[in-house]
Amino acid sequence: ILSPGDRLLIKGGKIVNDDQSFYADIYVEDGLIKQIGENLIVPGGVKTIDAYSQLVVPGGIDVHTRLRVPVLGMSSADGFYHGTRAALAGGTTMIIDHVCPDAGTSLLAAYEQWRGAADSQACCDYSLHIDIPRWHESLKEELEALVKDKGVNSFLVFMAYKDKLQCSDAQMYEIFCILRDLGAIAQVHAENGDIIDEEQKRLLELGVTGPEGHVLSRPEEVEAEAVYRAITIAKQANCPLYVTKIMSRGAADILAQAKRKGTVVYGEPITASLGADGSHYWSKNWAKAAAFVTSPPISPDPTTPDHLTSLLSCGDLQVAGSAHCTFTTAQKAVGKDNFTLIPEGTNGIEERMAIIWEKCVVSGKMDENDFVAVTSTNAAKIFNCYPRKGRVAVGADADLVLWNPKATKIISAKTHNLNVEYNIFEGTECHGVPTVVISQGKVVVEDGNLCVTQGSGRFIPRKTFPDFVYKRIKARNRLAEVHGVPRGLYDGPVHDVLTSAKAVAPAPASRIAPCTGKAQAPPVRNLHQSGFSLSGRPGGPLKGGGCGRQGSCFVSQACVSGRAKPGNRNVVFAQ
Amino acid sequence: MSYQGKKSIPHITSDRLLIKGGRIINDDHSFYADIYLEDGLIKQIGENLIVPGGVKTIEANGRMVIPGGIDVNTYLQKPYQGMTAVDDFYQGTKAALAGGTTMIIDHVFPEPGSSLLTSFEKWHEAADTKSCCDYSLHVDITSWYDGIREELEILVQDKGVNSFQVYMAYKDLYQMSDSQLYEAFTFLKSLGAVILVHAENGDLIAQEQKRILEMGITGPEGHALSRPEELEAEAVFRAITIASRINCPVYITKVMSKSAADIIALARKKGPLVFGEPITASLGTDGTHYWSKNWAKAAAFVTSPPLSPDPTTPDHLNSLLACGDLQVTGSGHCPYSTAQKAIGKDNFTMIPEGVNGIEERMTVVWDKAVATGKMDESQFVAVTSTNAAKIFNLYPRKGRIAVGSDADVVIWDPDKVKTITAKSHKSAIEYNIFEGMECHGAPLVVISQGKIVFEDGNLHVNKGMGRFIPRKPFPEYLYQRIKIRNKVGGLQGVSRGMYDGPVYEIPATPKYATPAPSTKSSPAKNQPPPIRNLHQSNFSLSGAQIDDNNPRRTGHRIVAPPGGRSNITSLG
Repeated sequence: ILSPGDRLLIKGGKIVNDDQSFYADIYVEDGLIKQIGENLIVPGGVKTIDAYSQLVVPGGIDVHTRLRVPVLGMSSADGFYHGTRAALAGGTTMIIDHVCPDAGTSLLAAYEQWRGAADSQACCDYSLHIDIPRWHESLKEELEALVKDKGVNSFLVFMAYKDKLQCSDAQMYEIFCILRDLGAIAQVHAENGDIIDEEQKRLLELGVTGPEGHVLSRPEEVEAEAVYRAITIAKQANCPLYVTKIMSRGAADILAQAKRKGTVVYGEPITASLGADGSHYWSKNWAKAAAFVTSPPISPDPTTPDHLTSLLSCGDLQVAGSAHCTFTTAQKAVGKDNFTLIPEGTNGIEERMAIIWEKCVVSGKMDENDFVAVTSTNAAKIFNCYPRKGRVAVGADADLVLWNPKATKIISAKTHNLNVEYNIFEGTECHGVPTVVISQGKVVVEDGNLCVTQGSGRFIPRKTFPDFVYKRIKARNRLAEVHGVPRGLYDGPVHDVLTSAKAVAPAPASRIAPCTGKAQAPPVRNLHQSGFSLSGRPGGPLKGGGCGRQGSCFVSQACVSGRAKPGNRNVVFAQ
Repeated sequence: MSYQGKKSIPHITSDRLLIKGGRIINDDHSFYADIYLEDGLIKQIGENLIVPGGVKTIEANGRMVIPGGIDVNTYLQKPYQGMTAVDDFYQGTKAALAGGTTMIIDHVFPEPGSSLLTSFEKWHEAADTKSCCDYSLHVDITSWYDGIREELEILVQDKGVNSFQVYMAYKDLYQMSDSQLYEAFTFLKSLGAVILVHAENGDLIAQEQKRILEMGITGPEGHALSRPEELEAEAVFRAITIASRINCPVYITKVMSKSAADIIALARKKGPLVFGEPITASLGTDGTHYWSKNWAKAAAFVTSPPLSPDPTTPDHLNSLLACGDLQVTGSGHCPYSTAQKAIGKDNFTMIPEGVNGIEERMTVVWDKAVATGKMDESQFVAVTSTNAAKIFNLYPRKGRIAVGSDADVVIWDPDKVKTITAKSHKSAIEYNIFEGMECHGAPLVVISQGKIVFEDGNLHVNKGMGRFIPRKPFPEYLYQRIKIRNKVGGLQGVSRGMYDGPVYEIPATPKYATPAPSTKSSPAKNQPPPIRNLHQSNFSLSGAQIDDNNPRRTGHRIVAPPGGRSNITSLG
């Protein structure tokens, strides 16, 4: 794809990785980083870039974009071409886009559609997540095929969008178990769709039809609830979980707590939740208010961005995406009389790096290394493209950004590289901008000029079982085996159950699906060694002095050994 | 209340009692005074009371006199596969009285297919003929069917029921979806009822049960393994989320684990009206016994949510009960004999669920919470009686020693030491899950409806003397706040001029354009069309933000002033 003559020398910059920073020159050839060091010996006639007083960071990885989402037959305003162009302009050199299959399209067919579109249009490297709407058993084979042959290792399920995309708890458990066995990452769009559906009905009945209805019908508790539930399910299934679009304090706090308890869970705030403010839903300007419509909504609580950036800085949240999915005002206006019809999505692909720098680094919450971690390295580790991406090192892809922390830029719809009229970050002043962006060893941004080639982006396949995520899962799988208690067969009397079970409805017999002895070996009756004893012999994990009474008849009134001895009752309020 | 008239007359009248020299404990304060009881009511409280001659006098000798306990959660007639729990209303209320509980609120459990009203009448009749102490009834909603709203209305308006339980567990049986819960909560709130929730994630339990049976685990330990406490905590969280959307009070029955209790405690700090009810079993014992080698014993502990295998759970729950994060104690009493439990001897999912606790409740709470110094006597009265009376709208008829209240009174001896054992308990089951527990604090004398029913370890009860206590809706303790929040929490739209810019044309055949938000909600009913104001359109296609001078926006301007961004590590 590349002409082999692409050679670059980046001189005098400060290289910033997630673990350390150092001054060195970088020599790039054939799209790869070939040498790092001082006084490099390079061929003559190499183009040299002066990076003096600038940072050289690994190109950003935007883990969440939707550049081809079909809504009501419209496709989003920024396709792969415009989207990736804007990404590069903002310092992002790789995106992971979500494949969202239409009804009636198989996952594999949808994957091919996306590949076709992206291969011909994308200007930077890309990879794909697959969304799983409408789960059914037969999708399992498709998942296997995608993982084994197609280089996809991450799948998204929806807990919202009732009757369309929403998965039930049982389905999620099933999907998570499959993904765990495949070594993939389970992603979840966490909002309680049932409650949202009811709230939407209620608001429309109250006559609230504008964009404010969107946020009123999706309060942040509903997001937090779903995050909690997703974590519970993932923990039961021992599957790593990745929560996309963390938009509220509540959701972020739940996730942080779960991490403290040891759950393998990752949270992804997006540009909009880190840098925008949900009070605009109440704007008198309908078009502007509608531009902010995304799900989960941007929190109307103005302290949310500050809180989320703090959690991102301390490692409770790990990755920042953009969830870039834009629609023009005319497209948004499909929902002018009914907020539930407004196509959802905000911009953020271009602004992501600058917003994080501004909110986190300029404010002193994180250092430049943390910045690299949350914008690039962590994403590469979680989604298994590290160290090819996400690190400035010999052998890694030459996706590099020269970052000038002293330059200033004001975000505005007048100057952005997007096809939409409104920019939700309008007027934000960012101290820190990318001056030169190098993708696949080629300079694509220099002095504010974009120089991209449509279709030059390559698909980056990703392998399963990323170490960063799965090492712990594997260890836990081994530990998590449960064992039954070996007992002799119970041979006491059994109450007769009425056979006419018709009138007797609450028959817990049907409580579980009949799993008629799949692996359920009937307990072997050993007449010689019955563990069952009619005497009240305490056993099991219960330690302590037994008080077995010999020879009591069947109605054995077993003694539970005295647990609350007067002596050990002095722990007051020990929680 | 047709049953009531015929029985409130005979045995109670002319029962006169004087309790002398006791220390009266209410939930707010305690004081020394004598109490005179007549006709089943407290007639006088004070010193040197003037009472008719020949009154029977009880010398309390400075001992505590407390309001009789109220057990808010019993299942004395729960049907399972055609059988019922071994303690019926007679046996169960006898045990209750022996333990110092003078009122129970039993759960009516309609079998799917039978209506709430019929089941209510069935329970009402059974309890009227058998119960030895006053009782009231919760009604469980085991399915949400057409016509249920009318029945619920009748139950609330005419039958004296103000509390209903919904289930988040028991998939394909009683479990309700989130949408149904939302609908049920909304309706019950409009009736002014108390919403009880059995909180466990039934979907996940079903999956885990399948998995564990497939692994060949069939014993009672499978019950605990298939219902880990995270699933309880998750459901509690979800129930609270739904309730707080609707702004209705929610009451979690059977708080069995630390994490579920913590979720309730956290939620209360944020404002939702949530109440949590630990039961005798979760306060007094733990779930390690599920691993007992003795099947019959392990099975005796089977209840849902299960007892937590974490042995620090009782201590934690008692602490939360003491600090007010949990408010009420029930027993969840629903015992089955070993032979009945043995229906599930080869499959733990068939073991009928329920443990004992009606008799032990007061004693266990005293021993674990008061004798350890976590709570004082007034708090003890609050969590065993007063709070329940307030929540379920029985206060001050029940739950307080005051003139005019029912004469349900217990003389409590904090020094009495008693060992709980199946040999001496009043229940009909063979195993007592508190077997061998040595408890400090026990009732000396129990007075129900003004009559001494328990004295010197002897019961004097009459089958059927318990009265049904009807309860009115909208208990003030819960609904005062709800009403105010209703007023302040109104939602309003933004009044805008109509959008008159271009609108994208949607292709006519959106058949395969799936994620079509068009069906996202049902079309609005009374949705007034926004007024089109041609003179004042706010819409502009230029990137200029017309409402930039809107105060709302500038107020939250994104860039912090230099030096104003000091709280770098504040995560709160």
